[in-house]
Amino acid sequence: MSDEHVRTPADRLLDRGVAAIVEGVASGACSALAMVECTLNRMVSRDVGRDGLNAVLYVDQEGAHTEASLFDARDAARADAPLAGVPILVKDNIATHRLATSCGSRILEGYVSPYEATAVGLLRAAGAIVVGKTNMDEFAMGSSTENSAYGPTKHPLDRTRVPGGSSGGSAAAVAAGVTPVALGSETGGSVRQPAAFCGVVGIKPTYGRVSRFGLVAYASSLDHIGVFGARVDDAARVLAVIGQADAHDATSVHFPPVDDARAGQEEPHPRGTQPLKGIVIGRPEEYFPASLDPRIRALCDASLERLREQGAEIRTVRMPNTESAIPVYYIIAPAEASSNLARYDGVRFGQRRPGAGVQGMYEATRAAGFGPEVTRRILLGTYVLSAGYYDAYYRRAQAVRRLIARDFTDVFASGVHALFTPTTPTTAFRLGAVSDPYEMYLSDIFTVTANLAGVPAMSQPIGRIEGLPVGGQLIASHGDEATMLRIARALEFSLGVEAHR
Amino acid sequence: MSISESDVRHVASLSRVGLDSARLPLVVAELNGILGHMDALQRVDVSSNANEDATRPMMLADDVVGAVQLMRSREDMAPAMRDGFFVVPRLATHAAPEGNPAARAVDAEAP
Amino acid sequence: MNAAHDSARRRDAATPYELVVGLEVHCQLATETKIFCRCRTSFGEAPNVNTCPVCLGLPGALPVLNANAVRLATRAALALGCTVHETSVFARKNYFYPDLPKGYQISQFDRPLATGGAIDVGAESGTEPRRIGITRVHMEEDAGKSVHDRFADWTAVDLNRAGTPLVEIVSEPDMRSAQEAGAYLRQLKQILEYTAVSDANMEEGSLRVDVNISVRAVGATALGTKTEIKNLNTFSGVERAIEIEYARQCAQLDAGGAVVQQTMLWDGAREQIRPARSKEGSHDYRYFPDPDLPPLELASAFVEAQRAALPELPRGRRSRFVAAYGVTWPEAEQLTASAELADYFEAVVAESGHAKRATNWVLGVVLAALNTTGRTIADAPIGSGRVAALIRLEADGLVSNTAARQVFAWLCERDEDPRVVAEREGLIKVTDDTALVQWIDDVLAEQPAEAARFLAGEVKLQGVFVGHVMRKSKGAADPRRVNQILASRIS
Repeated sequence: MSDEHVRTPADRLLDRGVAAIVEGVASGACSALAMVECTLNRMVSRDVGRDGLNAVLYVDQEGAHTEASLFDARDAARADAPLAGVPILVKDNIATHRLATSCGSRILEGYVSPYEATAVGLLRAAGAIVVGKTNMDEFAMGSSTENSAYGPTKHPLDRTRVPGGSSGGSAAAVAAGVTPVALGSETGGSVRQPAAFCGVVGIKPTYGRVSRFGLVAYASSLDHIGVFGARVDDAARVLAVIGQADAHDATSVHFPPVDDARAGQEEPHPRGTQPLKGIVIGRPEEYFPASLDPRIRALCDASLERLREQGAEIRTVRMPNTESAIPVYYIIAPAEASSNLARYDGVRFGQRRPGAGVQGMYEATRAAGFGPEVTRRILLGTYVLSAGYYDAYYRRAQAVRRLIARDFTDVFASGVHALFTPTTPTTAFRLGAVSDPYEMYLSDIFTVTANLAGVPAMSQPIGRIEGLPVGGQLIASHGDEATMLRIARALEFSLGVEAHR
Repeated sequence: MSISESDVRHVASLSRVGLDSARLPLVVAELNGILGHMDALQRVDVSSNANEDATRPMMLADDVVGAVQLMRSREDMAPAMRDGFFVVPRLATHAAPEGNPAARAVDAEAP
Repeated sequence: MNAAHDSARRRDAATPYELVVGLEVHCQLATETKIFCRCRTSFGEAPNVNTCPVCLGLPGALPVLNANAVRLATRAALALGCTVHETSVFARKNYFYPDLPKGYQISQFDRPLATGGAIDVGAESGTEPRRIGITRVHMEEDAGKSVHDRFADWTAVDLNRAGTPLVEIVSEPDMRSAQEAGAYLRQLKQILEYTAVSDANMEEGSLRVDVNISVRAVGATALGTKTEIKNLNTFSGVERAIEIEYARQCAQLDAGGAVVQQTMLWDGAREQIRPARSKEGSHDYRYFPDPDLPPLELASAFVEAQRAALPELPRGRRSRFVAAYGVTWPEAEQLTASAELADYFEAVVAESGHAKRATNWVLGVVLAALNTTGRTIADAPIGSGRVAALIRLEADGLVSNTAARQVFAWLCERDEDPRVVAEREGLIKVTDDTALVQWIDDVLAEQPAEAARFLAGEVKLQGVFVGHVMRKSKGAADPRRVNQILASRIS
């Protein structure tokens, strides 16, 4: 790739990640503008645009330039901005006031939000520069980014494959090295699953840690803003910035800090020491079924062995309600979606299609605006909430959801600090390979439980199978991202380049 | 339990998705395929599930004026506006006196 | 049932049907901002000015509950004698309508804020009141406004009102006449005003009423099929609509027909009820708990603090006025029409020390002055202290009642001390014997013939001389003392 031949200081910083960029920009060694230039050049050279990987839908070249220049002019701000000059991409369902927010949907084609998400505001205040918006499954409904109205995103390592979804554009862009970090969102695994497929780090924080204000709702009780990073530290630093309680989100909660402030600055632990001494990691049997790809099982067990070497105790645990998670999810999520998506009616914003009277206008607008998966979930959700079916479906799913949450409460109460599991049952599949809706839903089988319980979880690369990345998942208890990230850092350090081999 | 064509027509009408009737049999089959997997939940014992109000704290707001500002005008984003009003094709029940929430609900269901 | 017969006065007095009425009242809470966003709730602005991402239902916007709305709704519930629940839940009521921005209304459904209260109506002091049960009190957001007559082919949508905080107060079907429904509404409005929960202004739509009405054979216990009448925005309209619908249902049954469950609309201008256009059976609001709003948890300390902060309620105040001030029940009703008037009255009593005079003054003079000037007690032109001072002047015999009313009229124009005004205008009764004796001597000297007859014992002339003295003193002489002095002259 051309940019590899003329490596500028900004190139080197971009490859070294968030901490290096912040240090470089804060010290004045490199300008925010140079970081933005470098990122914009890479978007071209690494072909992430609509004609290429189709990972990035909208680029705010002018805005990013302006913002970076303004930042560079504020000497005082540079020194203590936690994300000084860090270029970042944002998923297309998170409101930004200059770039379009189209949610991968026709119904929001051309829609530019008149306000900005809390998380995006926090990023800007911390010195990050939003350079573009990334492709996604329409309204985050999908596991492959094939459901985008603007065409599928392709896997950066193999363009015949999917990057996962629904935050496939963000995952692919970070994997392609365009930015070290990106925002995604997840409702059932839409950050962790594409992170696993693309070989990057993806964090879903505790429900309530990151404000949902400005995140276009799919299923409100399950929706989270999440973070992608090229490495654990990259994602953790962004999460630390956006993980603030927000007066605009009634479900927002003030939690302890996401990460030990010193963690990123510390020298890695020397070989032979035991940084995880005293930590108990659970290996839930239900996440290692007999049907699991033995190569994925082997990579997970190798990671567990690394964690043991670093002092962690590995304990087999049971999560008996895991198998109910997908049915529960595919009742609750469509139910909430059917209501959340009622606002796309062509009255106040977005696209409108004429029809006979106002009812005809609604139907024409929504028929033209929503793709088949969105329509399917609206119908499913309307059905499970409708008179006569509510108790059998929605009420029952909520009851079982509480049992799933209790599995986590119980296991963490038993002295386990975190769980380690595979993130996905497969590696990235080929575009068009999964056509049955329910089979696609099963991509989320190991990730959806953390959304139902609201606990923090993340995926990080633990190796490859036939050149395709495999993700290992860590899940911790409510608000305890600190422990989760401590383990993740130790594992990342221990695996080293192995994680990508 | 399985979903019938008339069920799908009913929910399609409630949700205003404008479902093409040619697609109806396919959608019925897809939804039944999905709902078939949901039946497993009927077999889960939820009797131990006492704590219905698993409480998360709710943040309240002070009653002080200070709405999130719009950085673009309503006209910029609305498909159709006149004299500051959002406009839609005139309702069939326009004779209904305005301003009554329940009358609205009734109108909404009108053919 | 006498009450039922009252409302059926246009029908055969021997009607065999009993009227059964329940009311649903939507009341706007007196907050500065909307229930789920911080837009103003002000009335009469240009269309869509008071809107933001939240009340426009923009993608990504979220509701945050107004703490003051919770406080006011709790006050209302407590004032209505309800049990306020520790946990209540906001749900989504899903339906499409152009002025419902999110495609659902946030309302409380199966877990309301409060249940089980009552309002007592329609009794004089000492007799048993009628108790009307309150089923529930819950919070919800208002929708926007659709304007159908502004543009030829378009319905215009104004969302300024969308998200206005409401409480819905649902009564039991306990009312048996149109008059009883009217009394219930007036009492409810008064309670909402006393507690400062709402300005309860019907013209601005801050109080709206839906009526559920059915009839049944006298003596029957099961409820008949009900109809619902919507769009009622005056109390007299409610009473009139009930009478008309009662007559219609009775006629239906008399003709061998059955009442059909339906929603009706009241046309106040034509005094008519007509069915709303609807497709029956298609209502399916798919209520479910709003995942954006965790359950509302109210600590008992909060509820008790609200209870402790409740003012004395109208009915209790009336009883106390009767007992403490010796006023009649109808007088008490007048004096407690608003909390401000009752406060004013009590201030006048406290400062004057004369309850009976205070009653006459407030009901007779102050209210009359307010009526002619179109003012309310809140901006009464004359403070309670001034009225009390006037009452004291009158009670102490320093001014006559007529003079006091003259001073009152003067004080309505400018704020001055009543005594100063009375003295300057020469309205103070002269009780000083030196002055009185001088006037008496003067009038006796002016009319020597009559004087002689009077002094000789012609007592009937005393009144004539009192009149002369009053004229000479320009009304300032104390007639009581003048009489005494004159009487003492008779030999």
